Order: sequence, then C-alpha cells, then structure tokens
Amino acid sequence: MNTPLDRAEPLIAPGHSACVGCGEVLGARLCLDAAGKDVIVTGATGCLEITTSRYPESSWRVPWIHSLFENTAAVAAGIEAALKALGRQDEAKVIAHGGDGATADIGLQALSGMLERGHDVLYICFDNEAYMNTGVQRSSLTPVGARTMTTPPGRQSWGEVIPKKNMPAIVAAHGVPYVAVASVGYPQDLQKKMKKALAVRGPKYLQVHVPCPLGWAFDTSLTIKLAQLAVQTALYPLYELENGTVTEVRKVGRRLPVEEYLKPQGRFRHLLRPGAEKELALIQALADANAQRFGYPPLSSVTVNK
Amino acid sequence: MVVLSQKSASLLHMEVLEGSRAVAEVVKRCRPHVISAYPITPQTHIVENLAQMVADGELASEFVNVESEHSAASVCLGAAATGARTYTATSSQGLALMSEVLYNIAGLRLPVVLTCANRTLSAPLSIWNDHQDSLMVRDAGVIQLFAEDCQEAADMHIQAYKLAEDHRVLLPVMVAMDGFILTHTFEPVTIPTQEEVDAFLPPYQPLHYLTPKAPLSMGTWCEPDKFLEVKYMMHQAMEVALTLIPQIAEDFRRHFGRYSGGLIEEYRMDDAQTAFVAMGSLVTTIKDTVDELREEGHRVGLVKIRAYRPFPTQAVARALEGVERVAVIEKAISIGGVGILAADIKSALYGRERPMVGTFIAGLGGRDVTKDSLRWIMERLEEGATLQEFVDLNLSLIGDDEG
Ligand SMILES: Cc1ncc(C[n+]2csc(CCOP(=O)(O)OP(=O)(O)O)c2C)c(N)n1
Ligand SMILES: [Mg+2]
Repeated sequence: MNTPLDRAEPLIAPGHSACVGCGEVLGARLCLDAAGKDVIVTGATGCLEITTSRYPESSWRVPWIHSLFENTAAVAAGIEAALKALGRQDEAKVIAHGGDGATADIGLQALSGMLERGHDVLYICFDNEAYMNTGVQRSSLTPVGARTMTTPPGRQSWGEVIPKKNMPAIVAAHGVPYVAVASVGYPQDLQKKMKKALAVRGPKYLQVHVPCPLGWAFDTSLTIKLAQLAVQTALYPLYELENGTVTEVRKVGRRLPVEEYLKPQGRFRHLLRPGAEKELALIQALADANAQRFGYPPLSSVTVNK
Repeated sequence: MVVLSQKSASLLHMEVLEGSRAVAEVVKRCRPHVISAYPITPQTHIVENLAQMVADGELASEFVNVESEHSAASVCLGAAATGARTYTATSSQGLALMSEVLYNIAGLRLPVVLTCANRTLSAPLSIWNDHQDSLMVRDAGVIQLFAEDCQEAADMHIQAYKLAEDHRVLLPVMVAMDGFILTHTFEPVTIPTQEEVDAFLPPYQPLHYLTPKAPLSMGTWCEPDKFLEVKYMMHQAMEVALTLIPQIAEDFRRHFGRYSGGLIEEYRMDDAQTAFVAMGSLVTTIKDTVDELREEGHRVGLVKIRAYRPFPTQAVARALEGVERVAVIEKAISIGGVGILAADIKSALYGRERPMVGTFIAGLGGRDVTKDSLRWIMERLEEGATLQEFVDLNLSLIGDDEG
C-alpha cells in the first residue's frame, strides 16, 4: 500500500537544522522513505524533534505530532485506537519515534504499556547513546567507558561504568513479534527491516544506531564509517528477534578490535591513554561476548594506521 | 429539590443512581470514540461502569486500559489529534501525574473532556475530598466546571463536549465533582435518552487532524517571538468560553428542560449583606444554612462558582455588588499564601466599592463542613475575621491548645 520511493522528495525535507553529519536525521529519513507516505508519525522531545519542527517550518512531509518527552508510545496508542474507532485503520500505519533517553529511560513505562497492550504500532528508537538534545548527558543506552557531561572521566572515573541496557531483549520479553537492531551504516539493511516491521501486525520495535558527531566528538565525515565500525567490532551487532528468537544476524567480513571504533571518538579518548588498559579490556570483553552470541568470525589482527 | 424543577416529561427518565453511574451513563450517550483511564479512588466507579458498557456492547468505544494517568491523558491526546472524541477521568495523584499532559493537550488545542473526582493530594495520604487537585492545574488552559450535585455533574458532561469542541474554543474541559460526596452518592437523576443527547450534541467535527490525506505537523516548537501569541489565543478562547457557557446552558435548557450550567448561581442574593462564595457539593449545605439564617433575620446569600476557569470576573463582581462581607470558603490551600479562590474573588472586586473578603480554609482531606461550621464562619466574618481562617481547626491534636 505504500507509495513508491520518490528520490527527489525524501519524506523528511531538507532545510532542517540538524548538525552536519547527524546520524539521527539520516536514520529518520531512511526509515520514513522505506515506510512511504501512508503513515502517521509521533515523535518524542529530543534532537530529531527540535531539528525538524521549528514553527512555522516543518521537515515532515507526513502527518506528524510531537507531544512530550516520555509519552510518545502512549500518543501512538491513542492514534491507533482512534483510527480503529473511526474505521480508518487502513488509512495509515502508526509509527512512534524516540531517542535512547525517551525510549529506554523516561518513556520506558509508556512503551511497555503500548507493547503489552498489543497496539499496531512501530516504535523506532534512534540510539545516539546519550541525551544529546540537552547537551550530552548519559542515558541507560550510553556504552561503558563513554564520556558524557554527567559521566565525566576524572581522577577517580573512566566515564560511564554501567553496561548498556538491553532494550531489544526487554521489548522482546513483552511477546512482541518483531524486534530488530539496525544502523545508519547499513542503509539497505535498515530499510529492509523497516518494511518487514511494517508488514507485521501488532507492536514492533526497531532500534537504529545513529552516530552523533557532536556528542561523540568525531569528524563529521565519519558518521557512516563509525556506524559500520560499531557493527564490525561487535559492539553493536545487527540482528532480528522474531517471537523472541534471533533469526538473522548481519554478517561481517572480519571482526575488528574495539580500538578501531573507539579511536576516532573523543568520548573514548581517555581510554586510549596509558593506564586505561583494564577498562579497554572490559570493552573488548563486551564485544567478545556479543561476537560469541551472534556468531562473529574470530578477531582479525589489523595494523593500526597512524 | 431536583424533582421539583423537572418538566414532567423528564420525570419518566428519573432514576436513583450513584453519581459515578450517572456520569458514565451520559458519557456513553456522548459517544466518545476513545476512552482511556487509570484507576484511582474515587474515580474508579465511573470508568468501571464505562468498561462494563463496552464489554456489554452498549458502547462502541475503544477502551484503552493504560499503565498510568500520564498515558491515559496521552492516549486521549493522540486520539483527539487523529479526530476522535475522547474521555478520561481521574483524581488527586492521578491528576498530578497527568498535569504535564494537560498543559500539552490545552496548548495543542485538543478538546479532550475529563472528569476530576475531586480528592486531596498526599502527604498525608488521604483518599477524601477537597479541591486541591483541580486547582493545581488552574493555569493549564483547561476549562474547569464544578458540579454541585449528581444531576449537574451529569448534565455538565454533555455541555462540556459542546463547549470543548466549539471551533472558537478547542480547549480541554474538566468537570470537577466532589469525590465520594458526589461520585459515591445515590441521588435521583434524570438521564437523557440517546436521541435527546444526539439532538443536542452533534458528532465531533475536528478542525485539524492527523491523516496522510492532508499531512500536517502538530506540536512544533516556537521561539520567543511567537510563544506569547499562542498563549494569548488560548486566553481568548477562554474568553469565548465565558460567553458560550451560559449560551450552551440555555440551549441545554431548551433541549432538556433544566438549567444546569452557566458561570455562577446566585442564591438569595437580593438585599444580602453577607455572601458565602463556594464551589462544588458544599454549596447545597450552604443553601440550607442560608435558608435558616434568613429565617433568623440575617441578610445572607450565596454565590456559587460553577465555572472556575474561565473565571467569571464580571458576573462575580455584579453578584457581589453592594454586599458588605464575603466569606470565600476554600476547599484547597495555597500553603504560605492566602486563599486560591479568594484571590480570584478579590481581583474581581478590585477597583470597585469593595466588601470585606474573608478566606476560610475548610473541608480539607474530606473533613465535613457542617451547618455549624458555616455559622461559625458567619460569626467570624461579622466580628471582622482576619485575612485567612482555618475552619474547625483542632489545635489539641498538635498540642497547641494551651497557649
Ligand atoms: C519530563 C522532561 N524531562 C526532561 C526533559 C528535557 N529533555 C528534553 S530532550 C532530552 C534528552 C533527549 O535525549 P534522547 O531521548 O536520547 O534524544 P536525543 O536528543 O539524544 O536524540 C531531555 C533530557 C523534558 N523535555 N521533559
Ligand atoms: Mg539520545
């Protein structure tokens, strides 16, 4: 039922105020273009909302509503209920989007309610691994070792110490039929998952890894490269969970050591100085565990280019 | 009392119903597309009744059983933005949790109708009635109508939809009814038929709504050069509501044969020297007390505030013209301040020949306000009461009765 992709007119129009190299707005554009025009979208407070909807302008070429930071899933449930009650359920697919903070922290309760009640809603979490809109504070999806404004490295700290919350597993535990992890580093894979998700009736969840040049402190030309490195190091494996079981894992040609991913990012710079070997080893161990779980090839030894 | 004012035709529909049931019966006849609520005493019976109606196939609403009041209001928000008529109900802590969303609903100009079964706020935990909850969201842009009895509560819901959905208003409307005192009391009420309600309340015609057929963005943010204007427009909509509330009440009278609306009600105010001002079910006790005091020769009357937001400044000023003393009875407290309702009353009287206005904090956390309490208030007022008095305060409880 979706209209074919019109390359000349992405459904998120240019002219928004996202930073150069913003992974989040790119991810949103890819998702929406895969979904097509026949959608109603609701978004949480956060960078994506702010950069695309300054009155009197809007980048959204589809019907879109922003309410608050933590209620996106509930607003989506209301939209879906209204479409049903009005006999308009064939008119549009309902999509909710939120950042990692909106999804895994403050909006987790509303999300859980929406999932548990089985609304026909696709929830997309754009994971840039911190509260970027308020100036880079940690969220429960901030990875171990990362520097944020509220997990600063200091004389007694190496940055974030709590491992990233396993949101896909939490969502799957609600009995959600389709859960997928995707990345802007792999656009076709992302769009394939979007389409697959939208073909499923009931709640579905897509978590998209979206590098943030400002918050992670990397060169704006590296967004895609870093997104790919996160996958290649097994720090951010891409997979699908259908009815709770892993059905697909995105294959990587060779697995890279985590330093490859950490090195270009200012948020991990303190880990690459002498003295941080233990912390670095911990991050490699997290990647190794992922690699084992998702069947990655053994670690390639690469020559580090200076 | 209610019976006497009925047209004989509507006597046919009269039943003895619990207040919550009466509200559920009329909400059903308003045909909301989406209902979403979260249980909290004393609101529960309203939504339980509605759930049963849906379960029995009497009501074709989507009933969304959410995990919190924040989500209940958010579901209504999303549904209203999609073009649906919506309903929710809550109390106390639930309204506090909803408050963020209520501001948002009002700012988005969505005509959600909700009931507040008035209950105080914790701590100390108390499930009993006062008006602290409604008054907490005074400034959100939610129209607030206070009901005196079950009939009025029921009738106000029908009028609430008409008011909220008027394209000149498009604001949420909250019908406030005293928890337990009204929600759990059985009174004779006339429940209109579906046909009668349909004839009064047309289907909801949204001005804007979310659809791929005509994409629009809602809930965009704005810079300081535009924000004030949005609030100004909301304020103007409230001013329109000020004129529409009495008109809708008149219209309601034509359809249903009773007047249960309007901004204020004046009771025995002709030649009154002393006036009580109050909201909600307490008004009935005041009316009885006024009758007794009148018999004893006191020139006393009552101004009942039905519309609290928008506040009927002009009507209140007119009603209190020439009165010497006013006792504002507050079922809420601004801790560290002086009277919440009294502030509105005083400001309505500013710049005029002003009566003495006393603020009386009474009935908090469900304490009864009796005729004796009201007589005490009268006496204090005549003695020249201080700025703010606490009615039936028991100082021995806090070991402060000696000195
Ligand atoms: C109730 C509430 N608390 C806090 C905020 C402030 N706030 C707005 S956006 C935001 C962070 C958003 O982070 P995330 O969801 O990860 O989205 P991002 O900006 O990173 O895309 C915060 C803390 C708010 N708007 N509402
Ligand atoms: Mg974020």
